[in-house]
Amino acid sequence: MSAVTNTIFSPELAARFDKLVTLYPVKRSALIPMLLYAQDEVGYVSDAVVHEIAQRLDLFELDVRNVLSYYSMLRTKPAGKYNVQVCTNISCMLRGGYEILDHCKAKLGIGHKEVTSDKLFSLEEVECIGACCWAPAMQVNYDFHEDLTPAKVDQILDDYAAGRGKDVK
Amino acid sequence: MPTLVSHPDEVKIISRRFGAGAADIEKYLELDGYKAVQMAIEKGAEWVINEMKASGLRGRGGAGFPTGMKWSFVPKQSEKPKYVLVNGDESEPGTCKDHVIFLHDPHSVIEGTMIAGLAIGAKMGFIYLRGEYRYLLNIVEKAVADAYAKGFLGKNIFGKEGVDFDIVTQTGAGAYEVGEESALMESLEGKRGVPRIKPPFPAVVGLYGGPTVINNAETIASAPHILLMGGEPYAKVGSERNGGTRLFGISGHVERPGVYELPMGYNLKKAIYEVAGGVKGGRKLKAVVPGGSSCPVLKADELDVGLDFDQMGKAGTMLGSGGIVVLDETVSMVEFALRTIKFYQHESCGWCIPCREGTDWLKKTLTRFYNGYGNKKDIANIQYLAENMMGRTFCPLGDAAAMPTLGFIKKFREEFEEYLEGHRTEKALITTEELIGAAHH
Ligand SMILES: Cc1cc2nc3c(=O)[nH]c(=O)nc-3n(C[C@H](O)[C@H](O)[C@H](O)COP(=O)(O)O)c2cc1C
Ligand code: SF4
Ligand code: FES
Repeated sequence: MSAVTNTIFSPELAARFDKLVTLYPVKRSALIPMLLYAQDEVGYVSDAVVHEIAQRLDLFELDVRNVLSYYSMLRTKPAGKYNVQVCTNISCMLRGGYEILDHCKAKLGIGHKEVTSDKLFSLEEVECIGACCWAPAMQVNYDFHEDLTPAKVDQILDDYAAGRGKDVK
Repeated sequence: MPTLVSHPDEVKIISRRFGAGAADIEKYLELDGYKAVQMAIEKGAEWVINEMKASGLRGRGGAGFPTGMKWSFVPKQSEKPKYVLVNGDESEPGTCKDHVIFLHDPHSVIEGTMIAGLAIGAKMGFIYLRGEYRYLLNIVEKAVADAYAKGFLGKNIFGKEGVDFDIVTQTGAGAYEVGEESALMESLEGKRGVPRIKPPFPAVVGLYGGPTVINNAETIASAPHILLMGGEPYAKVGSERNGGTRLFGISGHVERPGVYELPMGYNLKKAIYEVAGGVKGGRKLKAVVPGGSSCPVLKADELDVGLDFDQMGKAGTMLGSGGIVVLDETVSMVEFALRTIKFYQHESCGWCIPCREGTDWLKKTLTRFYNGYGNKKDIANIQYLAENMMGRTFCPLGDAAAMPTLGFIKKFREEFEEYLEGHRTEKALITTEELIGAAHH
C-alpha cells in the first residue's frame, strides 16, 4: 500500500480507505467508491482529493480525472450542503416532476446546478433515480422523497433548512 | 419510504418477505432464509444448474436470457478466479423493482449470489448498486456483515470444510451505461464505463479477466426461491418458455402505481386496469411503454397481450426491465419522445459515433420540432437517423435510443404531422431550459 503521510481526510475515512483497497483483487477497483466517499466528506472532488486518491491507488492523477469526468454524481465544484435532485424523467414527468422542479427553483431562487448564496442548498434536474412507482420523486443528498406535491416539498426543504432533515451517509 | 402495494392477482414468490422485516437476518432465517444455499452445497453444482434450467427463469435485467443456460456456459476449469457479479445498477427509466428487493429482502440477493457462485465454482461475488442507492447499499452492507458474523460467508461457510465464499459490495456514481454488463465490469475495475468488445463473452473473460456470471439483482434473488420450491413447479407458475413470476413496476397515469409480482404471461391490459386500478382520474389511455423507456410504445388497442418475453416480442416490443409506464390522452407524443431521447443523449458514453452523434442529432431535431420550428422532412429525418443507428452501435444503448424513437414515429406519425399544424397539448410539461427556447434555428 502506498504510504500517505499527510492525509486530507478524517481519521475515520482514511481508515476506511486503507481497508477498501484491500478488498478487491485489484486496488484500482476502489477508485469510484473512494471518489464518492471523499466527495461526501469534502463536499466535492477537489484537486487535493484527486492527488491523494491517485497516491493511494498508485495511479496517475490523469487516470483519476478521466474517471471522475465520466460519472454524473461526481463534481469538481462545491454543491450546497443539501443537494436537491429532482427527477424529470418519464414516470416523474407524467406525475408532475417538472412542477416540482419549477417549485424548487422558485422557492430556492436558483436554477439547475446552482447554489444558494448561503450555500445551504443546490439544485439539479436529474435523470431517473429508480423511484418511478412513487413519482414524482427527488433526492436530497442520498435521501429519497417520494409522491411529492409542492406543499410536501415546502415542508421537506423547510425541515432541511432548520436542520431537521434526514441525511443518509 | 416507497409504499408497498398489493393485489389479489399477485403470486408472491420473490416478494413474499416484503414488509416482513426480512432485512434482519433472524427474520430472514425464520422465513426459510439460507436454506436454499445449504441445499445447493449439499446437492452440488449440477443439481443447481438443472433446477435453474427447469425453472425457465429468464434474466430480469432486460434481455431475458435463460439463467440456467448462462450459468452452464462458464468453463468448469479456469486458471483465473471466477466471479459472480450482481447488476443492481437499475437505471432504465420506469424501473424501480430492484430498489424494493434491496430494501425489503437484501439477504435473498446475498443468498442468490452464493448459489450462483456454487453453481459456477466461484468463490467471490460482487453486488454493484447504482450510486444513488446509498441507503440501500447501507442495508445490503449490513446484511453482508450479518451473514459473515453468522459464518454464512467467508471461509468454511455453514461449517463446511473447504467451502468458501466472499461478497464485496460496490457502488457506482451515476451513469446509465454502466448497467450494460461489460461497462459494469469496467466500472468495477475503477474505469470509465465504456463497454468491451464481445466476444469474448463475460462467461469466458469477464471481471479481472476471469470467467464471470453477471445477472440482474432480481434474477439472482429468484434463485433461492427456485431451489426451495423446485424448478418445475416454479416454471409452471409462468407461461410457456417464461418461467415463474416477475416484479412489474407500473407507473405513470394509473390509480395505484407500484411494484407488483405477477406471473409471467399475465395480461398487460389487466395489469393496468385491474392490478394498478386503471387510468388515473378516469381519463382515457393513450399509450403504454411496456418495459422501461427503451421499449417501443404500444397503443391503447394493442394491450391485449401477455407479459412475457415472447409475447411482447410478437407484439413488436419488449418485456425489458418490467417497468410499465402508462400515458393518458393528455400526453403529447412529441414531448414524450423528446424527453425520452434527452435521456439517451445524456447517457451515451460517447465511445462510438452512431450513438454519440445519432442521439445528439435526434435530440437536436426533436427539440427544434418541439419548439415549433420543424417541418415535414424532419419526421422522415428522425426516422432515418434512428434506423441508421439500429444494429450499428458498439453496445445496445444505441438500439435502446433508436427503438423507442422509431416506435413513436411509426405509431403516432399523424400526431407529429398535426403538431406541425399547431395541434399541441394545452399544457406542455417540459421546462428544461436547453429543450425550450434554445435551438430555435
Ligand atoms: C445500456 C444498457 C443498460 C443496462 N442497464 C441494466 C441495469 O441497470 N440492470 C440490469 O440488470 N441490466 C442492465 N442491462 C442489461 C445487462 O447488460 C445484462 O444483460 C444483465 O445484467 C444480465 O442479467 P440477466 O441475465 O439476469 O438479465 C443494461 C444493458 C444495456 C445495454
Ligand atoms: S452505443 Fe456506443 S456510444 Fe452508445 S453507449 Fe454504447 S458504446 Fe457508448
Ligand atoms: S422516472 Fe423519475 S424516478 Fe424513474
